[in-house]
Amino acid sequence: MTLLNLAGTILTQMTRLSHSRAFSVSTAAAAIQKLTRIRVVDNSPLGNTPYHRPPRVIHVYTKNGVGKVGDKVLLAIKGQKKKAVIVGHKMPGERMTPRFDSNNVVLIEENGNPTGTRIKVPIPSHLRKMEGEYSKLLAIANRFV
Amino acid sequence: MAACLRRTGEVLGSLRVLRNIQQQNERFVSTSFPRHAASRGDGQPPKFTPPPKPVIVDKTQSEESLRRFLSPEFIPPRQRSNPVKFSMERKDMIKRRKAFNIPEFYVGSVLAVTMSDPYASGNSSRFVGICIQRSGSGLGATFILRNVIDHQGVEMCYELYNPRLQKIEVLKLEKRLDDNLMYLRDALPEYSTFNFDMKPIPHSLSGDVPVNQLKVRMKPKPWSKRWERPKFNIQGIRFDLCLTEEQMAHAQKWAEPWHQYDMLKEYDTSSLEEQILQEVQKGLAK
Repeated sequence: MTLLNLAGTILTQMTRLSHSRAFSVSTAAAAIQKLTRIRVVDNSPLGNTPYHRPPRVIHVYTKNGVGKVGDKVLLAIKGQKKKAVIVGHKMPGERMTPRFDSNNVVLIEENGNPTGTRIKVPIPSHLRKMEGEYSKLLAIANRFV
Repeated sequence: MAACLRRTGEVLGSLRVLRNIQQQNERFVSTSFPRHAASRGDGQPPKFTPPPKPVIVDKTQSEESLRRFLSPEFIPPRQRSNPVKFSMERKDMIKRRKAFNIPEFYVGSVLAVTMSDPYASGNSSRFVGICIQRSGSGLGATFILRNVIDHQGVEMCYELYNPRLQKIEVLKLEKRLDDNLMYLRDALPEYSTFNFDMKPIPHSLSGDVPVNQLKVRMKPKPWSKRWERPKFNIQGIRFDLCLTEEQMAHAQKWAEPWHQYDMLKEYDTSSLEEQILQEVQKGLAK
């Protein structure tokens, strides 16, 4: 718990410099779970307007409660609940797959369509082999890695 | 006069073309026909002589380094595993190295790796980045490339002997002050940004590998690890810009200077290295 607190305090400063964003992103080298702070990487107005509280994961739609690339999560963002898809995390995955420096998500509507129209960062290409409705999400990505 | 000369030149040129065609014809026929004809003259049955083996010149292997270099994954870790395991793995590694060119590179070199990827366009993906870590020994050896793409830090961990690898290019061969550059995650992004269209910088095939004396500036604390602690022994960070004298002195509290006198921790690989290097060179020459 102390570790989490420490991480929280440091994160605010770190992200201000690295991404020049108003909110922080979680630092722990774990995959995404409840209360993880994340970074919204699409161009939706909801994810890009500054707010005094960073978006947090409040539920992960998996059986074990741990979110990896391609999993759906529920976010608390700007005082509202919103679903999102994980498109990259800090925890190293399998070999030959990318590991990102931040926990990235893309906001989606209830029906699975992405909220934004453009994804600003590279997307792991193994998202293509995953089961699920990602074709619209893959269509708005501008770079794969 | 000039026109006359030109015409003779044309005639000569056409003659040359004719001769070429004749030679080519001979070449086409030469593999089987003349030999049969020769043997028929003696009245004996034609004897088959196999055509000469084609000499395959692999252009990727041509710029072989003249340094005595043994890839670090050949050296087995110090443990109680059966040495047969390592010798068998070495055989497989040499076999793979014969089929696939794994160049000499170090932590700090800039590499471009092409990997077959069924989910990428064109069924292959290329990644350029600086090698920040080499780890593992034997067939499972890996290396990590790091780059910053669209202001997003991306790392890829490649298995050196994975059959999915198609090509490893060394764009810039150099070493850095440290053997592990994991601190680039906490350094300013400019130090791990590399252009994907980077041209390979030619390097000398002999002599010492140049050491880049670059010292990086860090993002403000907190970092993923406390790099100032003595156990990392990091030379490539400008600590004077981010930490005070007091903080640096405080970090020395975790110094464990007695470990260097622990004789049980010594692992001298020089003779083992020599032996394995000879084995590898013999295997590759076969």
